[in-house]
Amino acid sequence: MGLSLSTIAVFVAIAIIYAAIIPAKWRQWFLFIASILFVYWLQADIFVRWLDFFLPTLSLIITVTSWYLTRSSEQKFSTQDKLACLVITGGILILALLRFVPTDYRLLIISRPPPLQFIVGLLVIASILTFATGRFKWRYSFLLIFLVAIFVMLKTDIFTIQISQWLRTWTGQDISQAKAIDLNWIGFSYLAFRLIHTVRDRQSGLFPELSLQEYVTYVLFFPAFIAGPIDRAERFIQDFQTLSEKIVFSERFVEGFTRIAVGIFKKFIVADTLAQGMSLNSINAAQIDNLPGAWILLYGYALRLFFDFSGYSDIAIGIGILFGIKLPENFAQPYTRTSITKFWQSWHITLSNWVRFYVFSPLSRYLLKRKPKPSPILIVLITQSATMIAIGLWHGITINFLIWGIWHGIGLFIHKQWTDRTRAFYRKLKNKLPQQLLADGIAWFITFHFVVLGWVWFALPTLEDALSMFTKLFGLS
Amino acid sequence: MRDWNWVDALPKSWAFLLRVIVKALLLFGLCNLIFAWLYPMVFLGNISLYGTLYPARQRLPFYDGNDPAQSNSVSLNNLPALFASHDVSRAKPDDEFRVFLIGDSNTWGWYLENDETLSAQLTEADLTANVQDIVFYNLGYPVMSLTKDLLILDYAMQYEPDMIIWLVSLASFPPEEQLVPPLVRHNQARLVPLIEQYDLSINPDDETFIQANFWQRTIVGQRRQLADLLRLQTYGVGWSTTGIDQFIPENIPLRQSDFETDTAWSSYSAPAELSQENLAFDVLSAGIEIAGDIPVIIINEPMFISDGNNSDSRYNSFYPIWAYQQYRDLLSQTSRDNGWQYLDLWDSIVPQEFTDSPVHLSANGTGELARQLIDTIFENED
Repeated sequence: MGLSLSTIAVFVAIAIIYAAIIPAKWRQWFLFIASILFVYWLQADIFVRWLDFFLPTLSLIITVTSWYLTRSSEQKFSTQDKLACLVITGGILILALLRFVPTDYRLLIISRPPPLQFIVGLLVIASILTFATGRFKWRYSFLLIFLVAIFVMLKTDIFTIQISQWLRTWTGQDISQAKAIDLNWIGFSYLAFRLIHTVRDRQSGLFPELSLQEYVTYVLFFPAFIAGPIDRAERFIQDFQTLSEKIVFSERFVEGFTRIAVGIFKKFIVADTLAQGMSLNSINAAQIDNLPGAWILLYGYALRLFFDFSGYSDIAIGIGILFGIKLPENFAQPYTRTSITKFWQSWHITLSNWVRFYVFSPLSRYLLKRKPKPSPILIVLITQSATMIAIGLWHGITINFLIWGIWHGIGLFIHKQWTDRTRAFYRKLKNKLPQQLLADGIAWFITFHFVVLGWVWFALPTLEDALSMFTKLFGLS
Repeated sequence: MRDWNWVDALPKSWAFLLRVIVKALLLFGLCNLIFAWLYPMVFLGNISLYGTLYPARQRLPFYDGNDPAQSNSVSLNNLPALFASHDVSRAKPDDEFRVFLIGDSNTWGWYLENDETLSAQLTEADLTANVQDIVFYNLGYPVMSLTKDLLILDYAMQYEPDMIIWLVSLASFPPEEQLVPPLVRHNQARLVPLIEQYDLSINPDDETFIQANFWQRTIVGQRRQLADLLRLQTYGVGWSTTGIDQFIPENIPLRQSDFETDTAWSSYSAPAELSQENLAFDVLSAGIEIAGDIPVIIINEPMFISDGNNSDSRYNSFYPIWAYQQYRDLLSQTSRDNGWQYLDLWDSIVPQEFTDSPVHLSANGTGELARQLIDTIFENED
């Protein structure tokens, strides 16, 4: 289940109940339990038997394991942690018991859950592994490799189809029907990024001590579970820890409803209208036969992508506000920016920041410490390309996403070289309004079209499709 | 974040929130009431970007059941919207001789590109009539019902035809098929005056008609129709950039050639006597009356004639021989009796040129049909 209008309505209804009747001291527990349950509710139906129950369960298990492994050595397993652990385990088992409830009366999950012994077995194995590796020296590295490995598997069709075939063999289903979509693990991309953030910050000693309740709610916070934004734990916890204080809900509801309304307009009216034949896709890319039409569809795609994703973010932020959590902003008028660097500071900001923290900065530090040290230009080229390739491959491990990453990496590199060499020139323009406006106009035009042309790689599934589209865009076909 | 400063400036009180919600609900309610009272669906249907921002469509939009993104099309029950998107709605030039082709999916061009349809291939022949260029307009619509044809013909008269070619087949004649197409069921208000004026044997109060009550006339009640109007406009981008308005698969499934020993047709489980009264000849007659002085040529459209199993009792999956032969005789006799211009082309195309159904022609088959029409109807025009 995606973030549909009915999902939003349910979230809003729950927010009203939360504001109206949940006592302040129970708010944290409420969000904690809601986040656990919504992991199941938001999971899409999957054709492989029981998988739409196993995947949310694995999300919970991986989250609890990550909390256990990333605790500081001084942190005790408190009563509250034990209670949270009990709530999670009990929640999973109660949901598993829905197996015995007729479909029409089954809440939160669509398909019939697997037999209880599989769930209990999974929980026991996960507990043994967690405790066994709890003080293992390489536990952080092991966890990172584990998360990245799952991520790579989920983003690579040949792996997902292979896994689907194994699972179908196990469940006695037709393996010829195995598809990549069978492993549609809702929210894992964002879950993995949040978990990697906690692991890396624990490794570097920056991560705050969080209770299991806080950690799980941060990682699985339902408004941001499907499509972000990617909050930072230390910021999230500031809001979370003040939930038990007196809250002026009228403020939250005015702000939250406004954000949700704007988000709904962007996502469900503008973006969804553009999706009705007015934006580029693999079908019309193949059908199109003229240059102006190719550009119209590409512009349509660029606008649709922005309104869709930023609308999603607005809705998530708005729902977060209703519950007292102010998620970070994710978009800041990206298409008005006058350089590719500024674009990436205003497009999917939380992802850009994450990649900056955990790819760009460590890689820069590593290269700067290397002996012999590479030239500064080479360091910039490598780090920016690697950062953008990471963003590209996060969307899917395909040649087109790789090229899209390289496209932007090279764009950022060229922009850096350009600004380094023209800084004095631009400084002189500061008080010359017409010239500055002209320079900004040209810079905007180039930036916008660089980004828009980059979407060709992003929108089309194969290299051939993308190259063919470029020939149409430039009248070469 | 500077983008959202305006939200910070809003009063943050329950009273404000309540006022906003109440005002929004009142405004929404009021808009719905005004909409229901004015019921501007005809007005909205006439608003079109086709012919201005996009090139007009060459056939009436119809959703073929595939991914709409592949076909750039949507099915509507709003006749003004259908015609407003069509090339026929542009002003008629003085030097143009307009010929409207009315019919079913055969005329519309199922699994044919726009330049392969009957109207396109006829126009391609560059015919002239009294120094005027003859331009053929595809007003086919891919459902089989003469009443649907009648609705389209009646509406199309405002676009000044000089001739109408009406392609028919037996499947459009059964009385029980007349009100089946959604286009007919949603246009009771247009059809009832025709039923009354031409004394058609259709119940004007038939319960299959979909008549919107007051609440169904609101924005909420009409949301699907409004969305379809909007989608017709948005799919114009795809249409104008690709020229595609129908998804055509690479491998078109082939019509059935072998049959069971079955002589059932329509509501008849066994051979029976057909007459003018139990087929919709009154609808055909009404169409010719509506056309008035404009010549109408009735064509019994070509169909697939099988030589497979049990082809001694059935011509194809649509028609058993007993029903079809009676229909041909009736149509021929009625045309003679009424002085209608009638052309029977039922067996004029070789079986190999039929695609997925007994009445769907390939591009070559359609070209052959166009040549036969030109030879028969237009040979003396110039």
